[in-house]
Amino acid sequence: MPYIPLDVNLPGITGILNYRPETALPIRQLTHILLRGDSSLTQGERELIATIVSYGNECKFCTAAHTAAADLLLGEKETADVVKRDLLNAPVSAKMKALLIIARAVQVSGKNVSSEMTSTAKSEGATDLEIHDTVLIAALFSLYNRLVDGLASVTPTDSAFYERLANILVDKGYLPSENRYAGLKA
Amino acid sequence: MPHIDLPKEYPGIRSLFVFRPETAVPLNALVQTLLHNPHPTLSPGERELIATYVSSLNICQYCATIHGAIAKHHLHNGDVVERVKSNPDTAPISNKLKALLKIAGKTQLSGKEVRESDVEAARKEGATDIEIHDTVLIAAAFCMFNRYVDGLATWAPDDPEVYDRMGKQRAEEGYLTPPFKIQPQHKN
Repeated sequence: MPYIPLDVNLPGITGILNYRPETALPIRQLTHILLRGDSSLTQGERELIATIVSYGNECKFCTAAHTAAADLLLGEKETADVVKRDLLNAPVSAKMKALLIIARAVQVSGKNVSSEMTSTAKSEGATDLEIHDTVLIAALFSLYNRLVDGLASVTPTDSAFYERLANILVDKGYLPSENRYAGLKA
Repeated sequence: MPHIDLPKEYPGIRSLFVFRPETAVPLNALVQTLLHNPHPTLSPGERELIATYVSSLNICQYCATIHGAIAKHHLHNGDVVERVKSNPDTAPISNKLKALLKIAGKTQLSGKEVRESDVEAARKEGATDIEIHDTVLIAAAFCMFNRYVDGLATWAPDDPEVYDRMGKQRAEEGYLTPPFKIQPQHKN
């Protein structure tokens, strides 16, 4: 049971953002810029950053949702799975691997990002902007994971729910809209 | 040394806002609403104490010091800030704020550490649903800000006067006015 009254039709983050729209709006805007805005990283690559951080924070809701979004954007389910379980052997570019190592460090603490990690990323072609956005996306998901679990929101157990949510995240992005969650109910 | 090329005349998060103005907009809008704008029951000083406490738990020198300075300017009391940072349970604050700080501290570790009993204890001291939501969100948000600031190795000034000046600006003006440049202080 959530610690505050949330709409029962809106599990996980969805009901929490719905509860306090004034604080939800800037969080959504930030997320949309970072995950769907113009970037030299693909949307699928950016969802992998969200996924690895959520996995590290053991947030089931966020991990499932962003894994599903990554799978949809990448067109396959193997990459997100290996990124979580065995990053060093994941089928991603060397640059992306270096950025995901940075993201995984940020999940624990900002101070865990070493200059070796960022030098490696740069030697694999990462730009300052890509490093900046990787750190900020990882930091943002450190926010989301705590919000989702800190208020004890409901985590659905059927995978079909996360596929419906992923379709919304991929088709509509992260900004609020009328009937945003119309497709969420089975 | 920051991990990326950041403008040297701005410390901490300010250098990141100048580097990437597009993401600075919603980040500042978030703290403007969460920490500065009118709130049904929590004063800006109380909300800044939550931010300061979480930042000190995350050992983020820049964030803990600047938000401590902002809190001090709101509360006209620097001692309470230091007492909260060292031990909220014995600080001269309300029992409700102590209970909310406990929730914030748990959130800093992990969302899953927040227990029903922590929430009940806060409700017993009069905490409302919005206060519980906002406490968890402030704590979660500062877990983001602290990681952003330290993850890119931004520089934190040592001079308390600089933080005091920035703290006064933010307490009086909120978070939507431009930062001022300061003399870079580099030891590394």
